Amino acid sequence: MAGMIFILTYCLVALVRIIMQLPGEDRKKFFISLVTPKTMAKNIRDIFCDCLFHVKLWKRNKLLGYMHSSIAFGWFMLIVVGHIEVLLYVPHRAKLFYFPIFFRYFVAETEETMRGAFFFFLMDFFLLMVLSGIFLAMFKRIQSGIFGMRRTTNPSFLDLIGLYSLWAIFPLRLLAEGFTADISGGSFLTKSLNYVLHSFLSDHANMLPAWWAYSCALGIFFIVLPFTRYMHIPAEILLIPLRNAGIKIRNARKGFAKAEVYSCPNCGLCIDACPMGVMKTHIKDTTVYLNRQIRRNNERRIEEISDKCLLCGKCTAICPVGVEGDKLRIAQRSLRKYAISQDYSNIGTASPEGSSDVLYFAGCMTALTPAISKAMESLLRKAGVSYSFMDRDGGICCGRPMLMAGRFDQARQLVEKNTEIIMKSGAGTLLLSCPICYKIFREKYNLGGIRVVHHTEYIAGLIRDGRLRVSKDSLRYVFHDPCELGRGCGVYDEPREVLSCAGSLAEAPKNRKESICCGGSLGSLTLGFDKRKAMTENALANLTAASPDVIATACPLCRSTFNRYADRPVEDIAEIIDGKAVAGTTMIDNRLIIDKKN
Amino acid sequence: MMDFGFKISPSSAINLDNADLSLYEKVREIEPDISKCIACGSCSASCPAGKFSGMSVRKCILDLQRGKKKEVAGMLSNCMLCGKCTMVCPRGINTRHLILSICKLYKED
Repeated sequence: MAGMIFILTYCLVALVRIIMQLPGEDRKKFFISLVTPKTMAKNIRDIFCDCLFHVKLWKRNKLLGYMHSSIAFGWFMLIVVGHIEVLLYVPHRAKLFYFPIFFRYFVAETEETMRGAFFFFLMDFFLLMVLSGIFLAMFKRIQSGIFGMRRTTNPSFLDLIGLYSLWAIFPLRLLAEGFTADISGGSFLTKSLNYVLHSFLSDHANMLPAWWAYSCALGIFFIVLPFTRYMHIPAEILLIPLRNAGIKIRNARKGFAKAEVYSCPNCGLCIDACPMGVMKTHIKDTTVYLNRQIRRNNERRIEEISDKCLLCGKCTAICPVGVEGDKLRIAQRSLRKYAISQDYSNIGTASPEGSSDVLYFAGCMTALTPAISKAMESLLRKAGVSYSFMDRDGGICCGRPMLMAGRFDQARQLVEKNTEIIMKSGAGTLLLSCPICYKIFREKYNLGGIRVVHHTEYIAGLIRDGRLRVSKDSLRYVFHDPCELGRGCGVYDEPREVLSCAGSLAEAPKNRKESICCGGSLGSLTLGFDKRKAMTENALANLTAASPDVIATACPLCRSTFNRYADRPVEDIAEIIDGKAVAGTTMIDNRLIIDKKN
Repeated sequence: MMDFGFKISPSSAINLDNADLSLYEKVREIEPDISKCIACGSCSASCPAGKFSGMSVRKCILDLQRGKKKEVAGMLSNCMLCGKCTMVCPRGINTRHLILSICKLYKED
């Protein structure tokens, strides 16, 4: 009872605090979204799917999904059915919060024997469901492998107390209800337990301690809940409507970020996902531990963890509650103070001469792999596209690396410079070769009506329109989804479409949303060159599992990182297509001429 | 002073006994790889900011080792943090973190 009051006041205070911490306009957005029917329906659907049925966990691993949803849904139904029972049979007591929990006990005392076998069956059924979930959870502690998890989180001391009390609640409830089964009634589970252990359970002197043990376990669980990972149960219910309202992280520790941190269930799925996980020393630098350290306000560790991350975004992509590990880290980085602040006001914004339809921005990274920009230029010429090369002699950085370092003001300056150049050029399409640029151009640039497109999408378009003709051969390609292009911008199909025009396509075991970072990412600030090798080799092992002839990618950074250690050619899609493509329309024209001659 | 129509430029000799190397030492604690630098200049050659300003990581490291803090600050204020210098460094120095560390530690006298 005390536990329940404590947890309710705690949640209420936390709820008010988080909402107060949101910036004014976000708060308004949130309240409006709460009364908008469309988001309201979405909220309800998401809360049911994620909090009760755990659809995302089911998709990942059936056993894991069953384990979690049986506990959550089973417990929820126990509470609901318990309340219905009370309402039906003793409505005058329904106001008392604790009554349903100890219903069997109270009813036994008043000797008001019940006849509702249906409810007894339901209660026992859901209790069995929860118990099976608890049993699986215990088993998972020993053998997490069969749940599809190679590694799981190391629980903290309070987490363990919460865990053990949670495990204790339901067996104790079974035992306690077993005592009262012969008085107040029960169903297949409690009745048969009472029957089997008749000599012990029929002795009503043992009854009171069993009910007490049950209520103590419940009380302990609720009292430690706010300080353990189980805080995700109430926090996620808040996080879902906040997210659906379109609120983003604005402050590193307050508001939405706080809701995310408290929603982390410490399940540890991100540990296996993290590309740094190939080295044991980095396991404690995953998002679970970041969330834990933020809750503990351990500044030194927060800085260390958030600076080391490659920002590949895989933990965000697989997180069952939607904690954005990468954005959370960028927000932590933005707290740093720098004595030297960069200033780019001295940089001119001259546009390339001559106006053309397509403006090609290769990006800094492509300058290190000129093969890509050369191939791209050659393709544009073949397709007869009039283009101008924005950074042929080097240009201004897109600002994404600055943004990833958490220096938003500097990044904004770079964004403004580039915007000026692009707007002056009068082009209708901005063509990019680097996914790192692509992400920021899509998200942070305001370019009016200019179409921003990555070269994989553009080439796919040229082939579809018949402006390029690609000859197919027997080479097998595997496509590596660059973090920023795939998870970052959601471009998965166009590169595959283009590659399948050039040869046959093999798939890596971990692909698309789950593709493994090449290890070269600019996201990490502190990770040294020597520490990245193991990650690159791990990513390569994943790509070469299907033994392809060529590793294809669409990012200059991935290309040069893989090239260092790969045992087979690593090429950008532009290079592959350029080697096999001829101009589409002219081909047709030539053939027409030949046909006419004949 | 008499005007001869020409003058002698001030000496650029650096007395390492008097130079203030405290910043260099602090940076070296955070990023020990800085002492691996062979001043090959790959970083400067690949730097996109170098085109617009005098930014050069090679020079920054040399200036730090000579206690010329002001010059370092001037150059770093043009860095765009694109990270190409880190990618091309033959000694595997994390120059990007080096730059951020200097920016963080820098104190004006």
